[in-house]
Amino acid sequence: MSTPGKRSLVIVLLLAVAAVSAYSQTKTMSVTVRQAPVRATPTFLGKILTDLAYGDQVEVVETQGAWVKIKLPGGQGTGWMHSSELTQQQLALKAGSNVKQGASGSEVALAGKGFNKQVEDKYASEKHLDYSKVDEMEKIAYPPARLIQFLEAGDLHGGQN
Amino acid sequence: MKHRNVAALSSVGLVLAVALTLSTSSCQSLGDLSQIGTAFGVATGQISEDQAQSINQSAQAVQKSWEDITPEQEYYIGRTVAAVIFSKYKIYNDPKATEYINLVGQSLAMASDLPVTFSGYHFMILDSNDINALSAPSGFIFVTRGLLRTAKTEDGVAAILAHEIGHVEHHDGLRSIKKSRITTALTSVAMTSVQLAGSPELAKLTSVFSDSINDITQSLIVNGYSRAYETEADQAAVDIMKRVGYDPWALVDVLKVMENVMKPDEPGFARTHPSPEQRIKVVEKEIGDTPREPVDQKREKRFEAALGNI
Repeated sequence: MSTPGKRSLVIVLLLAVAAVSAYSQTKTMSVTVRQAPVRATPTFLGKILTDLAYGDQVEVVETQGAWVKIKLPGGQGTGWMHSSELTQQQLALKAGSNVKQGASGSEVALAGKGFNKQVEDKYASEKHLDYSKVDEMEKIAYPPARLIQFLEAGDLHGGQN
Repeated sequence: MKHRNVAALSSVGLVLAVALTLSTSSCQSLGDLSQIGTAFGVATGQISEDQAQSINQSAQAVQKSWEDITPEQEYYIGRTVAAVIFSKYKIYNDPKATEYINLVGQSLAMASDLPVTFSGYHFMILDSNDINALSAPSGFIFVTRGLLRTAKTEDGVAAILAHEIGHVEHHDGLRSIKKSRITTALTSVAMTSVQLAGSPELAKLTSVFSDSINDITQSLIVNGYSRAYETEADQAAVDIMKRVGYDPWALVDVLKVMENVMKPDEPGFARTHPSPEQRIKVVEKEIGDTPREPVDQKREKRFEAALGNI
């Protein structure tokens, strides 16, 4: 191999190492649930500062057990999210690629692809399957504060995560 | 220009090769490193986003497993499994009882290792005397009146629901989908094109979806999960109950009632779960030295009020 060839191989190697180390230093995660509250303190009872949507990306500041401290979008301070609401998988395209952050339509890389509402609709019509009771079931939900009140009224304790 | 593209692509290839040499760990890092390589390529203008996407997809095509299913897709799988369950069972229409099992169940779920799913945990009572409970992916949990009758306290109800939360937490539904289907569903055909109504991509994806639903319902309703999954769900149940202060011995009590009232070969748990006797051994081991607790009067009162006539 010629000398210029060797030199470019070295450059490529250095760039690759730099890319790998840069990748491991900044940790960006994506929201994996439909609506995720960002809280002032690392508990389900913490005051909600803002809500993020499926596919939104956040920058991780630190982790504390199952709770992840993130930078609030727009750079206005920090807040806490439960780790099960986040994934390292990139659900939305990277910033800077002319893409609005958030789970809106075709702008999102993984969100809404694969098994989605369209697949459900097609399956439902092929199998004549009724989803109305599933929709009803999904409406049964209580906020964490109500659940903790229920636990306490029964001499129990919640919010372990 | 063409020559430049070839050179650019080969340098991306070099980055990938280096990345691969650096990578000695799992297949997962292959995909990650491919993304680094292609991100580098895109950033330097040597390849387009489309080319990068296609390289990344090739690198990832071989490594799909249930863990690659996003919570959103798990949710759509769960909704359909739930709809199938609703097509086979009638709902037990008692708002007070339904509210009660949701308060118990959602409180337990909040203390589980998977406290949040795409659309949360939801519980429904089925109007059936079978001793049965079914959990669909993403947190749609069903329990029959017959099974609830084996619980003599709120702690017993918690034991039943915590076992089902254990299945959701471990994604046992997704784990019963055949691997080949997941690979097909999550690789290029499904992930690249916009799925237009009537398109072959949507038809193919719906067919894989249908097969996946069959895999899950077959496990849930007909064959049962493996003994290992049941053991893990019982262990999770004990952990979750301890975390919120329920007496884990209530799970043993429920299993003892089940042992007495369940007929061999009747539909439901008798066919899909290990025998209560075998499960009791697992549960006792998991509970360890934790002492039994006396029945809590406040819980007893609300249990009677909500499920006294179940």
